[in-house]
Amino acid sequence: MTTHTTEHTAASHGDRAHGSAEHAEHGMSTRGYINIALILAAITALEVSTYYVDFGPLFLPALLIMMVVKFFMVVSYFMHLKFDNKIFSWMFYAGLFLAVGVYVAALGTFHFFLR
Amino acid sequence: MADTAVAHEGHTSSTGISNVKLGMWLFLGSECLLFGGLISTYMLYRGRVSNGPTPEQVYDIPFTSVSSFVLLMSSLTMVLAVSAAAKKDDRGTNLWLVVTALLGATFVGGQVYEFTAFYNEGLGFTTSLFGSSFYTLTGFHGVHVTVGIIMLMALVAINKRSRVPGSKAETVEMIGLYWHFVDIVWIIIFTLVYLIPV
Repeated sequence: MTTHTTEHTAASHGDRAHGSAEHAEHGMSTRGYINIALILAAITALEVSTYYVDFGPLFLPALLIMMVVKFFMVVSYFMHLKFDNKIFSWMFYAGLFLAVGVYVAALGTFHFFLR
Repeated sequence: MADTAVAHEGHTSSTGISNVKLGMWLFLGSECLLFGGLISTYMLYRGRVSNGPTPEQVYDIPFTSVSSFVLLMSSLTMVLAVSAAAKKDDRGTNLWLVVTALLGATFVGGQVYEFTAFYNEGLGFTTSLFGSSFYTLTGFHGVHVTVGIIMLMALVAINKRSRVPGSKAETVEMIGLYWHFVDIVWIIIFTLVYLIPV
């Protein structure tokens, strides 16, 4: 029992070490993270500008596109989902797309999109 | 007993990936459903103002933009903490964790100020459906940020005593995932609640 536990622990530590090495390998450089943050800041500034500048019919689609771009940039690069195991992507996107589907349908039943 | 406890720390799933990380991503997936419900409710009720001020009358976009920017930048400092932890740089990890907590506290402070200002302008929790759904949505988010700050400060305290159980880098990464999630929820709230008019 003790032997089994010790072996298991060693294997687990090995996995973890491998996981850490993998993380370090896939993680971006500090410069890379700062570049992503600068892009996010620029998009946020552009979003805020829509409050002051009239974008006409482009207002709503532009805001929604910028929101989605920012969302996926944080998820992909800061949360490392782009570089990590695909199972994590499945876990998260399953919840996200289920939520979007359920609540778009719910809003639809209240004629929200026809207002 | 001690062996069992140590073995438990390093458990991985049959796929070879960490159970802790798998659990965290599953939790974040389920949180999408929670915030999806709150955001949808707000979208339905934001125009329902029988009495009290309307969204346009109370929202202070320049102020909220600064708060949003602060929270966005806290994601950068969080990822720098995760990066420092992966490099086993304890000093850097603690520094960036504290900076992240301070930025988060600034955001929460801004939210408390905003709620106080709205209340003084006549928007209470039960004033209108808009008020109820707004305070519920942004309040839930604020509580999430506050929990994140508590986790960050607790991690700094534990890290200083070198008592982080299991892999330190993984623990910092898990709290980082939670923090980034709180940030992406605000990215959506900022656009749908504040920037898109009723």
